[in-house]
Amino acid sequence: MHPFTLSKAIDPASAISAAQDPHLAFIAGGTDLIGLMKDRAALPERLLDINGLPDMDHIEPTSDGGLRIGALARMSDVAADVEVRRRFPVISESLLFAASGQLRNMASMGGNIMQRTRCPYFRDEDGLPCNKRQPGSGCSARYGLNRTQAIFGWSDDCVATHASDVAVAFAALDANVIVHGTTGERSIPFTEFHCLPGNTPERDNVLRRGDLIVAIEVPARIEGRASYYLKVRDRQSYEFALVSSAVAVAVNTGRIMSARLAMGGVAHKPWRLIATEGELRGLSLSDVDALKAAIATSFTDARPLAHNGFKVELGQRVALRALQIAGGRA
Amino acid sequence: MQVSVTVNGSVRTLEVEPRMTLLDALRDELALTGPKKSCDRGECGACTVHIEGRRVLSCMTLAVMHDGQRITTIEGLERHGDLHPIQQAFIDYDGFQCGFCTSGQIMSAVAMIEEAKAGWPSAATTDVSQSFSVSDLSDAEIRERLSGNLCRCACYPNIVDAVAHVTRRS
Repeated sequence: MHPFTLSKAIDPASAISAAQDPHLAFIAGGTDLIGLMKDRAALPERLLDINGLPDMDHIEPTSDGGLRIGALARMSDVAADVEVRRRFPVISESLLFAASGQLRNMASMGGNIMQRTRCPYFRDEDGLPCNKRQPGSGCSARYGLNRTQAIFGWSDDCVATHASDVAVAFAALDANVIVHGTTGERSIPFTEFHCLPGNTPERDNVLRRGDLIVAIEVPARIEGRASYYLKVRDRQSYEFALVSSAVAVAVNTGRIMSARLAMGGVAHKPWRLIATEGELRGLSLSDVDALKAAIATSFTDARPLAHNGFKVELGQRVALRALQIAGGRA
Repeated sequence: MQVSVTVNGSVRTLEVEPRMTLLDALRDELALTGPKKSCDRGECGACTVHIEGRRVLSCMTLAVMHDGQRITTIEGLERHGDLHPIQQAFIDYDGFQCGFCTSGQIMSAVAMIEEAKAGWPSAATTDVSQSFSVSDLSDAEIRERLSGNLCRCACYPNIVDAVAHVTRRS
């Protein structure tokens, strides 16, 4: 790795102030940042270790009945938390289907949603053209090997997908990212946190310089208990998603009262199936043809690349099965 | 930077660059070569050690971030000359061929059993909302929970048997 200095953050205010420096990066679990530094895809001159910041690793109820998950809570602890498992199984499952036991013990929740794409061109040690890594250099994946890349929302400048699993669950549940910055605290709706690539693919999310993620808040959801995360990948375990789906559903006498669906592995951000959610309301969970038709409404604007056309069909099947399994839990 | 860690019960103080991984510090500064440097990217599990009793990948963390913490490597697993039950089971069940992944496999398995005892579910658990106990550790559960440790000799069936032997006895 390149040389850098490291210091420890004492309190959020001094961390935010220090991070006005564009060459400084926060480090928590380090499981993504250290890999990026080894691949020279991130070259910060100064690291600020935020692991010692107080009260940022708790999982606690919020006043409105939701859950507040501290940004420094580890993936393992959130996945194993009894309240998370009981009220939002989709959060626990999406974490357990990610990475390995060792990495989940290290990786923080804030770092998880900040992780950068697994696009092999972005991670390439030889520095192939990548607009995310070197703006203006081009996108090697657009006309290269793009089997794992996006089918929704991509641009000619970037076709990468977001790699986080739990981010898909948070998007489905309309969670909020709680951020401290120079102007105080603000709450960012999860579905607005990550960006589409457009012509600035180097920008993954809407955070401003110095912003510190302190927590993710999940509002109380009647759909939370009947929720499920389905992940399809090239091997059964310890692999990123080809396609995944987080579904949470409220059911009354076999009919869908409300449904929330998001997909992973298909776009630069977790992809909500908003049109489908509207179409599903009132449908019987046993009317498979109607469920399929409702899901298809969100796939009419899919734009597959040369090698990932299979994701259009696979995505609809994954969404359907996740919906059926979640519905079976209602 | 100076960092002081308790490794296998002994306090060790080191002067290292911030960019040194914990794995390199253990191997090159403390001559503990049990943790192996294989992929060096968090993909294989050969560098697995315990920090404060938890299994982690020592290649994906910096030594200077662990000042004051308790670290255990495979060298610290035996007690008074007796192998840990998982170590003995790997011998009894022929859980390795070349042996390069073995220290990581064993460190991972030892901590994985503690996670199961603490009631942690896994991706192989049918219903995460239910409680989990170590008696629920089926072969499928063991395989899923140890999926972060790769074995290029493909000794997986024997590794699972070794771990299952210990969990079913405990």
